[in-house]
Amino acid sequence: MNLPLYLDRALFVGLPYAAISVCLIVSLQRYGWRMFTYSSLSSQLLENRTHFWAMVPFHYGILAVLLGHLIGFSVPRAVLAWNGRPLRLYVLEAAALSFGVLALIGLAALINRRLTNAKMRAVTSAMDWLTFALLLFQAASGVYVAVFTPWGSTWYAAVVVPYLWSLFGLNPDAGVVTQLPLAAQLHIVNAFILIGLFPFTRLVHILVVPNPYLWRRPQIVRWYGSR
Amino acid sequence: MNIRAQISVVFHLDKCLGCHTCSLACKNIWTDRPGTEYMWWNNVETKPGAGYPSLWEDQQKYKGGWDAGGKLKSTSKSRIVANIFHHPSMPTMDDYYEPWTYDYQELFNAPEGADQPTARPISLVTGKHIDIEAGPNWDDDLGGSPIYAAHDPNLAGLTAQQRQQLFAVEQLVFFYLPRICNHCLNPACVAACPSAALYKRGEDGIVLLDQKRCRAWRACVPACPYKKSYYNWSTGKSEKCILCFPRIETGQAPACFHACVGRIRYLGVLLYDADRIREAAARPNDELIDAHRSLILDPFDPEVIAGARKCNMPESTIAAAQKSPVYQYVKVWKLALPPHVEFRTLPMLFYVPPMAPVMAARQGDALNHVSQDLFHDIEQARVPIAYLANLLAAGNESKIGYALRKQKAVRWYRRAQTVGDVDAQTALRMLREADCSAEEADAIYRLTALSTFEERFVIPAGHRELGVEALQDPLKHKQQAGFGFIAGPRRGL
Ligand code: HEM
Ligand code: SF4
Repeated sequence: MNLPLYLDRALFVGLPYAAISVCLIVSLQRYGWRMFTYSSLSSQLLENRTHFWAMVPFHYGILAVLLGHLIGFSVPRAVLAWNGRPLRLYVLEAAALSFGVLALIGLAALINRRLTNAKMRAVTSAMDWLTFALLLFQAASGVYVAVFTPWGSTWYAAVVVPYLWSLFGLNPDAGVVTQLPLAAQLHIVNAFILIGLFPFTRLVHILVVPNPYLWRRPQIVRWYGSR
Repeated sequence: MNIRAQISVVFHLDKCLGCHTCSLACKNIWTDRPGTEYMWWNNVETKPGAGYPSLWEDQQKYKGGWDAGGKLKSTSKSRIVANIFHHPSMPTMDDYYEPWTYDYQELFNAPEGADQPTARPISLVTGKHIDIEAGPNWDDDLGGSPIYAAHDPNLAGLTAQQRQQLFAVEQLVFFYLPRICNHCLNPACVAACPSAALYKRGEDGIVLLDQKRCRAWRACVPACPYKKSYYNWSTGKSEKCILCFPRIETGQAPACFHACVGRIRYLGVLLYDADRIREAAARPNDELIDAHRSLILDPFDPEVIAGARKCNMPESTIAAAQKSPVYQYVKVWKLALPPHVEFRTLPMLFYVPPMAPVMAARQGDALNHVSQDLFHDIEQARVPIAYLANLLAAGNESKIGYALRKQKAVRWYRRAQTVGDVDAQTALRMLREADCSAEEADAIYRLTALSTFEERFVIPAGHRELGVEALQDPLKHKQQAGFGFIAGPRRGL
C-alpha cells in the first residue's frame, strides 16, 4: 500500500529512531533510579486456575517467535538458503505459525483471565490494558501475515531485514518496506510503538531475566564491606 | 572451622497463652500496607490444626524444603527454566485468606430503622463487598476442628487411639504454636531465588529479601517449607520477617518479642560452624536433631573463641554468645527443639515442647491420674508424644521425652522446695532420672520463670561502624551520608 512520502518517513524512519532511543534511555533510567519497579508483577497468588494455560503458551509462543525474528535478523542469508527447498520452507513456516498461534491463544487467555476475575482486575493498570491491546494486535497481525501473505520468512529475510540493518547502519532506507501489504506494515509500525512504550510497561521484566542463577552457588551470604 | 554468629530464638510453648499480641505488634509495624494485609510474618496457630497458610506442613502439597540429597523440592536450576512462568507449587490467596476491612461509614450513614446497622466486610484486594470464608486464625482454639485439626499433617502415624485421645470431647486438648521466619542456616528461600534477592546477613544470620532485586519470580514462596516468605501482590515483590533488624541493630528486641505477654520468647547469639551446614542437612531423619545441635559451638571453648576471632567476629558478639539464653535452652539443657527439622533448612528457632494436661484414667467412678512411675504421665499426656515428635523432632520421640521429663523434674524439684508436698528425695531422684543436676534445675527455673528483659533478650551490638569502616573512611561517611535517598515502594507501571 502506498502512503504519502512524509508519512512513510515518519513511520519507518522517525518512529523507529524515536522508539529505540526512548526504549534505551528510559529502560536504563528506570533501572538506575527506579530499580524497585522492575518486576514481572506475577499474579499467580491471586488467580491460579487459568494461570498456567495463559502464561505458559503465551511465553513459549512469544519467545520462540521473537527468537525466530532474531535469527532472521542476524543471518538472513542462511534463512533464504534454508527456504530454497520447498519442504524446508514449509517446515519453517509451519513451525513459525504454530508458535505464533500459541502466543495468540495464550494472550487471549491472559486477557480473558484479567477481564473475568475481580481480583485480577484490581491489579491491572491502564498501562497494562494498553500493553495487552498492543501485544494482541501485534500477535494477531503477525499470524494474519503468516497465513495470508506467504512466505513471510522469505520476505522478512529479503525485505525487512535489510531495512532494519539500514536503520542500524544509520542509513535508513524504508524503500521496499513501504510496498508491503498493509497488515505487514501495521505489524512493523506496531512493533516500534511497542518498543517505544516498552520501558513504561511491565514488559521490562524481560530485561532482568535471571540467567546467573544457573551457575551461582545456592546460598548467599552478604557482609558489610567485602570478605 | 568457619565460625559465624546467628541470632537465634527460643519459644517456650509451655508458657504461650495464645493471645496473639505478638502477631498484632508485628502487623502494626510491618504488614499493614497494601498487598501485605494477608501476611502474618508472626502468626500463632492452634495445634493440632491446619495452620496458616492452610496445611503448610504438608510438603506433598507445597514441595517446600530440601530432600536428603541436597536438592530443593520445589525447583532446581533446570526446572526453574520452565517453572518461572508458572510455579507448580505456588500457594494461592485462598490457602491464606482474602483480607478484608469493614465499611464503618455504613454504621454512621445507615437510615434510622428497627434493626441495628451493620458494617459489611470489604475485600482489601478488590475493594468490593465479600462474604468472609476464612481468616488467618479460623481454627483458633480448635474451632471447626473436625475440618481443620483432623487434617493436621503431624497426626500422621498416630494410632486411632492416640487420635481419639486428642479429640475426645471433654478431654480436648491443644496448645499454641507461634511462628516467625526461622532465619535458617540452610535457607531454601535463598537457594531458590533466581534473582539472588534473598540473602543471609553474615554478621548475625538474619535472612533478608532485597526489595530492589526481587522480580516476582516468586520461587521463595513454594521453597520455604514454613511458608514464611510471602508475595506482595500489590508491589510485585516478596516479603518476609526481617527479625526487626532495625530494632536489633539498636539494641531492642524484635517487636513480637518485646510485646510477648507470656514472656515465652528468648533471643540470643549462637556460634556455629558454617563449613558443616551441608553435611548436617544431609543426615538421615533420625540423626538430624543431633546433627543440627552439633553445629552449635561452645562459646566458652578457647578454641572456638580463637576461631571466632580469626573469622573477624567482634568481641562483643562472642561475649553475647556466652550470655545467650538460647545456648542454654538448646545446647546445654537440650530442652528446645527445631520445628520440622526434616525439612532440612536447619531452622534457628527452637521450641520448648509444652507440658500437656495428663490424661486421666477412669477407675470405677473416679478419675484417677496417680501412678507409681513418676514419669508415667508424660507418656499418658493428652497430647501424645508421637504428635510432638512429628512437629519438633522429625518423629524422634526420645528427644521429646527427654525435654518433657526434664521439665517435669524441674517442676517437682521446685515443688519440693516451695510447696513441700513432694519429698526432697523423690525430687532429686526425678532430677537424676531426667539427666539434670540441682544447679541446672535452678538455672532452668530462673530463666523460665523469673528472667528479666535483659536475660531473655541478649542482643549483640550491631557494629554498623565496622561495616562503614570496611567501605569508606568513617569521617567521610559521617560528612556525606546523611539519610540518603529513599524511594517509596511503588508498583511498576
Ligand atoms: C525468558 C523471558 C521471560 C521470562 C522469564 C518471563 C517471565 C514472566 C513472568 C514470571 C511473568 C509473571 C507471570 C505471573 O503472573 O505469574 C510474566 C508476565 C508477563 N510477561 Fe513475561 N517473561 C519473559 C519474556 C516475555 C516476553 C518476551 C514478553 C512479551 C513480549 C512477555 C510478556 C509478558 C506479559 C504481557 C506478562 C503479563 C501477563 C499477565 O500477568 O497477565 N514476557 N513474564
Ligand atoms: S523459615 Fe527458613 S526457609 Fe523460611 S523464610 Fe525463614 S529462613 Fe527462609
